[in-house]
Amino acid sequence: MTAPILRVEGLGARIAGQQVVESVTFEVPARGVTALLGRNGVGKTSTLKGILGLIERWGAVEFNGERIDNLATHRIIQSGIGYVPEDREVFASLSVAENMRLAERNGGPNRELVDELFPELLARAGQLAGTLSGGQQQMVSLARALVNDNTLLLIDEPTKGLAPLIVLDVTTALGRAAEAVPILLVEQNLQVVRALADTVVVLESGLVVFTGPANEFLDNEELTTELLGVHLTDVGATGDNA
Amino acid sequence: MSTIVLLIITGLGLGALYFLVASGLSLIYGLMGVLNFAHGSFLTLGAFAGLEIARRMDGASWITLFASLVVGAVVGAVVAAATEFFLIRRLYNRHIEQVLVTVGLALATVALFDGIWGTDPTYVTGPAWFSETTEILGAKVPNDRFVLIIAAVLVLLGIVLFLKFTRFGLIIRAGVENRSMVTALGIDVRKAFTVVFAIGGAAAGLGGVLASHYFGYVSPQLGGSLLIFAFIVTVIGGLGSLAGAAIASALVAVLQQFANYYLGGTGDLTVVLLLAAVLLIRPTGLLGSKA
Amino acid sequence: MKLLTHMKPWMWWAVGGAIAVFAALLPLINLSIPGILPGPTYTPGTLQLLALALLFSSLALSYHLLFGVGGMLSFGHALYFALGAYGLGIVLKTTQLSLVPAMGLTVAAVICIAYLLGALSLRVTGISFAMVTLAFAQAGNVLVRRNPQITGGDEGLQLETQNVPDFLLGVLNTRNLYWVALALLIIVFIVVALFEHSRAGHVVTATRENELRVRVIGIRPFMVKLVTFSIASVLAALVGMVHLLLQSGVTARASSADFTLTILVIVVLGGVGSRWGAVVGAIVYTLLDQRLTALASSDAIAGLPAILRIPLSEPLFILGTLFILVVLFLPGGIAGAVQRMDKGGVRRNPAKETSSEIARDKIEEVT
Repeated sequence: MTAPILRVEGLGARIAGQQVVESVTFEVPARGVTALLGRNGVGKTSTLKGILGLIERWGAVEFNGERIDNLATHRIIQSGIGYVPEDREVFASLSVAENMRLAERNGGPNRELVDELFPELLARAGQLAGTLSGGQQQMVSLARALVNDNTLLLIDEPTKGLAPLIVLDVTTALGRAAEAVPILLVEQNLQVVRALADTVVVLESGLVVFTGPANEFLDNEELTTELLGVHLTDVGATGDNA
Repeated sequence: MSTIVLLIITGLGLGALYFLVASGLSLIYGLMGVLNFAHGSFLTLGAFAGLEIARRMDGASWITLFASLVVGAVVGAVVAAATEFFLIRRLYNRHIEQVLVTVGLALATVALFDGIWGTDPTYVTGPAWFSETTEILGAKVPNDRFVLIIAAVLVLLGIVLFLKFTRFGLIIRAGVENRSMVTALGIDVRKAFTVVFAIGGAAAGLGGVLASHYFGYVSPQLGGSLLIFAFIVTVIGGLGSLAGAAIASALVAVLQQFANYYLGGTGDLTVVLLLAAVLLIRPTGLLGSKA
Repeated sequence: MKLLTHMKPWMWWAVGGAIAVFAALLPLINLSIPGILPGPTYTPGTLQLLALALLFSSLALSYHLLFGVGGMLSFGHALYFALGAYGLGIVLKTTQLSLVPAMGLTVAAVICIAYLLGALSLRVTGISFAMVTLAFAQAGNVLVRRNPQITGGDEGLQLETQNVPDFLLGVLNTRNLYWVALALLIIVFIVVALFEHSRAGHVVTATRENELRVRVIGIRPFMVKLVTFSIASVLAALVGMVHLLLQSGVTARASSADFTLTILVIVVLGGVGSRWGAVVGAIVYTLLDQRLTALASSDAIAGLPAILRIPLSEPLFILGTLFILVVLFLPGGIAGAVQRMDKGGVRRNPAKETSSEIARDKIEEVT
């Protein structure tokens, strides 16, 4: 097995003086999708933000063998990490093209892939991102990360609040992306996790409580019920958030 | 009728000055969340720089005026950028401390101007055309009003084009909306901070030279007195909104002129009452989205 | 050395009491501190300066209540100081009321105005609040300067002495005014301390830290903030009244934005969030201001080349620069520096957090 692309050791984080991540330790393999799971409010999003330095954090984060826990956010991103935040965070008052222009580094080398994955965005290049549907905004947000040559993607709840058909599109796009780049994925929809993830890391009260192969975890109903508070059968039926 | 025309144009001239200060305040606040108390000092310094140019050249010539406008804007831009780079940046994301530093800078610089140029007003003369009048609809309007209005419109246009068509403009527009997401796209947003300070400082410095012609003098207090109205304008227009600042500048200044003329010199109080009314009805200001 | 850390609250009060007694005795003893005080402590000139320092301490404490405790960054606090000074001055001039009822009437008026303007300003928060309070104070300043028949305009308002007790008048009675100022400081200190430890105080502190949290548990932060604002305003007005007596008048500067900024500078210099810091900051500021003014007009400065002479002859330039340096390099001001030294130079900055945590605990207790 090759060296992991990302190593997180004893990561803690704080938002406005309140500790939201206690001490998280895990690794992201250099291939495939690693899903970061856990109940709501357990600190998944904050872990991603902590890795990127978007919130006050401490502990060690090693990316590609280099420490990045002292770098400013923009430097971390420039070193080859793409970030797709929760709730998309597209710039509503900017057009789709402007959103893309802002994100492109070195001329946006993967523009062709993005155009192929999200042809709809090409047609809507001039439209203000704020006027797009939730699914289209998600495409913009994903496209902003995929357009660059990254060595890791951090993707936070990409299917949240989307219609089932769009969930399928997004999952397909993520699957394509994962062929080229390892992904650390936060996702509530366990069907999407099952379709994409090779490894899972499960958090509870700010700590890692399970790490292992995705199928092993997802097939163990006792574990999923205990750690995620969901019954897989229920999730299978609705395909929605837990 | 002629009185009304005169009041409106004079008001717009004053509004132009407010806008030259408020545009920078608004941009800086929109992007960085900093209320810049030192902005008045950028204006005053611009005015004094223009004055020094006029002293060394022929004060009544157009070339001198043009040179003093350029120098005022450049001095304002350089000092503002330096303020951001050396003082504000060290306190990244600590908004209260950033405001406090600008407060200290405002106090210190006004005192320094007192020491250098004296506390009394220094009188300024421009080209003779400035003090002449042009007749519009029966009103004899002093010509300097037109220069002010044109300058403010050009500045507004310039800023809009800059925001629309340059990479920094794109970063600034995005940053006003969601600064942390800009950094999460790998962009060093701090460079944009220096840029907005420089733009705001240039507008203020330009405004300083124009204000010295509008009022006919420069004093260390010049910037501070305009700054308070610029604050009111930015709140009424909506914090962080450039268009709001432009509309509110015109509105506030024209109202002020009318109240001064028809309500016995109560312009300043009327403006504060307008502020109170806006806060009661619409706390986010005319075009503001965030309180 | 961790002396201060281990002091119990009652010890603080005991030390404070001892300092108060010492301060009360100053007019009776002959103490000279060359370079800091202009003369021996029993002389009227020195007592005047010390009384001024005490009044600024009280004023800084009232601002501490507003900003340090309540988190309301007001740029219009001078308005309430001016309301007290001008209000009392005008009441004494236009009515036959004697001093105490006149003060009562002024306080009543200040309460109404503070409540009204506070309710309006508190519709917005943060920077907007700062700007709005500044605008209101500026309107007050304009009113003062534009109505010379009532306020004396730029010239200022002279104290009408007819109904003021004799023992508060004249240079020889400066020490009585000094004692009044000292008594006021003690009262203001106790009021502020009590408020901070009251339920309302905990709520307003918690609101400063996290307004949403307070809303969630069903308290309207608006009312608590408004009450805090009003109390701070009335305290400032009281200081303004005594200031009127001490200076035998008041000038338009008292209502200016610069004066508010001076108070802000004092509080930040002393250390935001610290009562002792506010008091010490005010004393340091007043003495420094006085010394720098003396320095500015001294021969030593006049002989310097322009590049040094001009900045050094402007006390406000030096104070402003000092203020910037404190904000940049001395977080927590004087109080913060003392605390750090006491903790053996270990950089720790949980003072704010701790107080807010206590506040949070308390707030959960009361609900």
